[in-house]
Parts: sequence; structure tokens; C-alpha cells
Amino acid sequence: MIFGIPIQALMGQLLLGLINGSFYALLSLGLAVIFGLLRVINFAHGAQYMLGAFAALLLLQSGGISYWVALALSPLIVGIVAAFVERTMLARLYKLDHLYGLLFTFGLALVIEGTFRYFFGASGKPYPAPAALTGVVNLGFMVLPIYRGWVVVASLVICLSVWALIEKTRLGATLRAATENPVLVQNFGINVPLLLTLTYALGAGLAAIAGVLAAPVYQVSPLMGTQIIIVVFAVVVVGGMGSIMGAIVTGYLLGIAEGLTKVFYPEASNIVIFVIMAIVLILRPAGLFGKDV
Amino acid sequence: MAHGAAHSAGAEEGTVQLHPKAPTIRLVIVGLMILGLIFAPWFAYPIFVMKLMCFALFASAFNLLLGYTGLLSFGHAAFFGGAAYFTAHAAKVWGFTPELALLIGMTGAALIGLVIGLIALRRTGIYFTMITLALSQMFFFFCLQSPFTHGEDGIQSVPRGHLFGVIDLGPTMNMYYFVFAVVMLGLLVIWRFVNSPFGMILKSIRENENRAISLGYSVVSYKLGAFVMSAALAGLAGGLKSLVFQSATLTDVSWQMSGEVVLMTLLGGIATLTGPFFGAGIVVTLQNYLATSSFPVTILTGLVFMVCVLIFRRGLIGEFYASKLGQKLGYRTET
Repeated sequence: MIFGIPIQALMGQLLLGLINGSFYALLSLGLAVIFGLLRVINFAHGAQYMLGAFAALLLLQSGGISYWVALALSPLIVGIVAAFVERTMLARLYKLDHLYGLLFTFGLALVIEGTFRYFFGASGKPYPAPAALTGVVNLGFMVLPIYRGWVVVASLVICLSVWALIEKTRLGATLRAATENPVLVQNFGINVPLLLTLTYALGAGLAAIAGVLAAPVYQVSPLMGTQIIIVVFAVVVVGGMGSIMGAIVTGYLLGIAEGLTKVFYPEASNIVIFVIMAIVLILRPAGLFGKDV
Repeated sequence: MAHGAAHSAGAEEGTVQLHPKAPTIRLVIVGLMILGLIFAPWFAYPIFVMKLMCFALFASAFNLLLGYTGLLSFGHAAFFGGAAYFTAHAAKVWGFTPELALLIGMTGAALIGLVIGLIALRRTGIYFTMITLALSQMFFFFCLQSPFTHGEDGIQSVPRGHLFGVIDLGPTMNMYYFVFAVVMLGLLVIWRFVNSPFGMILKSIRENENRAISLGYSVVSYKLGAFVMSAALAGLAGGLKSLVFQSATLTDVSWQMSGEVVLMTLLGGIATLTGPFFGAGIVVTLQNYLATSSFPVTILTGLVFMVCVLIFRRGLIGEFYASKLGQKLGYRTET
């Protein structure tokens, strides 16, 4: 017992918070990567997360394609669609005010979600966890469903890989250079427009991976994207988009904070992240890891 | 945001001769529009025109911020819907007369605007937009859980009451001209505000914030003033709508509502005084039309958004202002 709360319940909510945090981290990471290079706030990020989950569901239903294959295939599909959208439409907006990118992707999100809602209804559909990851393990202080443990581990590995890709590789160095000075990088013979397309596809693909991971935890529904994207915006404001690691860490931290609030003051659990955002803005307007205001 | 569109419009200036009676013609156009609204209930369904006018006021209040201050708020549903709840509550539970209930709604919206504005204005640009969205979503959850809003049911059968305790607003025509008068008053306030010294300073902040700071203006206070003003007027529109439809629901505070008002303004023409009116008209008409068909409104809204941003950034009235005829009549996109 801690503060009159049974340790089992506390651990259970902490785990739930960590799961939510995993999705916040993956999504805010994708947002930060896209914003870093394209200077676009990708409002369609939630819709792309939903698309990832739906792709996995449809692959399973129509072709019997397994979870593991979907985990690779679904981000690829969403990434290609995103690349097409970037090339044909989004790319025309870079020279304008950043707000137009936000408004365009907002419209895109409405179209995607409206379409899926029209064809599949608003209700959620279950997606079974793969056989290898069903069941629970007893850790002594708590019972851990294996799939949930997998989500936390998988998202950590993906987040750290993307961080390493951007901070530690040559490709990442080029990316960061293009963020600082696209004209100069272009002069070095690097195809910056292609880099922009790939970055947008990478960000959308990350959202899709999060969607596939989320499919067995939550239900697959056309509305799953907007519910989470507004919270992720708050996460991004708290973390500041200047740092990749900042986005990841803030995602996990706020997920855990949300989980803990569910234990101690459940009524506030769906607003706690917004409250934290407001407090951070008052105390440290640039965000926890941010450099620019 | 209006900056880019306005610049390309400027390229055509000077090539067109101004019509000698341009100011008179402009005045006549405004007069015709007002006359049209006065006689509209004889040609159109009055409730529909009232809805249109409420949203036109809402979009105009929003444009005050986006068009004339350059701040994109994605949280205006909090003011619109919040005021709808306050007005409905004051009229129904406290038994206030409609003008007092509206005043309560407006004050409430202004207070929410003050709090959200104080927090959101800690950041600029794209962050400001995300913060307003997040805070209005927080207010949505507050409305969802707070007992006085009756959650999913909303506040229903709100009495329209007697204006000043005398004129019964129950009959549709009485309500219509009350709405007409309030909306016109609201638009007049916005027009006066935009053309006041305060409005000029806002425009200078929109054009070059750093220069405004170096000239000694307390930029954040001016922005906050505009934000609260916009929130209060959006609240007036929301309160009015709750009296027209005699209900206040969660739809009014949802993020979709915040998106709709952005669309109305964008479609009609950012930083034009009449643009939001036309934008609201188109959006409300489309919604009414699609309500009877099976085609989802969301998809069309999204498509219109994408098209507007890609190829129609000046909006309807903005395009007219930039056209040869508009130039001839001496219309200028606000720069």
C-alpha cells in the first residue's frame, strides 16, 4: 500500500501510463522530425496513426496477413501515401507562412477520417494480439500482459533508433544540415526536395507503426487519431520541438503523469496533460527542452 | 498570414483606374446587403438566416484575430460554446432576460479568453495555435464533466424570454430582428475597432512585430486585448445561437467548431470585413444541404480546406477585391 492505494492498482495504472506514453513518444517524435525539416505542423499525424492501425486490420481481414508482416508493411503503405501527398500538394506550401501547412494537413485529416468513418462506421473494431504475445507474466509485484510489455519495449527501441539515425549517422547529419540551411546543402549537390519527401514519409511511417502497435491495445476506430493528436500537440508544446530526445522523454513522462493521475484523482485524468502544459508555459515558455520561443 | 496573399494582390494595383464614384458604389453595395438581410425572412427560412448571421458574427470575431492581428487561434469553440452554455444557463436556470443572459455569456467568454490568451501568448506562431487548441480541448472536457452543462444532453429548451422584459422573442420574426440588430451591432463594433488607432497598431504588429516592439508598443498587451475582444464577440455569437436554437450542446465547444470558423474565414477572405459573412453563408448552406444527403460533411469540409489552402488563399471576397472590378471600385485587401 502506498498512500492508501494497493500496489497492484498503482502498478497497473503506471503501466497503462507507460503504454500511453509510448504512443505519445512515437507520435511527438514523428511530429518533431517533420517540423524540424519541413516547418510544417502535421495535423494529419493522428489520421496517419489511424491509417496504420486500419491498414493492419484490413491486411488481416482480407489477406490473412499477420501482425508481424503488417508491422513492416503498414508503415510502408502509409509512408508511400504520405510521400505522394507531400510531392503533389504539401510541397507547394513551403514558401508560405507555416500556418498554411497546418491548415492543409487539418483538411487532409478531416478527409481521411471522414472517409473511413463513412465506410467503416464510428465504432471500434478489435484486432487480436499475435499468438506469441498473448498471455501474462507474473512479476511478483504485478501481473504484466505480455503484449503491453512488448509495446513499451518496441516503442523504446524504435524511438532510440530514430534518435540514433538522426543524431549519429551521416544521413542524419545531412538532414540536420538541411534543417539549418537548405540552400547551402542543395549547393553541395544533395537533393533537398527528395530529402523533404523522405522525411515526411518517415514521420508518417512512425505514426503508422504507432497505429499498428496500438491496434491490439485500443480498438481500431476512425476516431482514434483525433483523440490522441490534440494531446500530442500539448506534449510537443511541453517538450519543445527543438530536440528529438526532448520529444521522446516528454512523451513518456506525460504518459506516466496521466497514469498516476488516474490513480489519485481520476476526474482530472483527461485534462492533466493540458494542465501541465499550462504550468510549463507559465514557468518556462520555451518548453522543457526547447531553445526557440 | 494575410501577408503573402496581400502582396500578390498589390502587384495589380495602379494598372486599374479608380471609378470616380467608387466610394458611393461601395456604400450602395453595403446598403443593399443590409436591405437583403432585412427582407431575407420573406424569401428564406428565418431560422436558417439567423443561424447564418450568428456564424457570420462568429467568423468576423475570429477574423479580428487572424486577419487583423495575424494570430491563428484553433480554440475559438471554447468562447463560442462556453458563452452558449452561460447564456443558456442564465436564461433558463436564473430566469434572466435575453439581453442580460447574452451579457453573461459575453463576459464569461471574455474571461475564458483572458485566461487562455494569457497562457497561449507566452508563445508565438505555430505554438500559439497548438496551445489554443489544447486549452480549448481542456475546456471541452470541463464541459463534458461539469454538472451545469448536463454532459451529452446539453442544456435544452432554453427560453428566449422577453427583451428588456417587454418584447416577447418567442415569435420567429421578433427573434429574427433581435438577432439582426445584435449581429449588426457586433459587426459595427468590429469595423470601428479595426479602423481605430488600436486596430492600426494591431496591423503594424501583424506586419512587423519587432518594429512595433522597437517603437515602444507593449505588443503582448495589444495582442491580449485583441484576443479578449475576439473572444467576447465570439461569445456574443454563441450566446445568440443558443437563444435561437434554444439549446447549448457539446458540439458548440468541440474542436470541429474551431475548425469550422477557420474555414469560414479562409473561404470568405482573411482580413476582409465582409468575407467571413460570405464564408459563413457558404459553409452553413452546404451543411444544411448535406444534412439531408448521406454524404458526410466532414469530407467536404476537409476538401474545401485543402483546395482553399492550395489555390484559393485570398478567399471569395479577397479574390473580388484583387480583381479588376474590385480594384476599380477601390477595394483593397487590408495590408
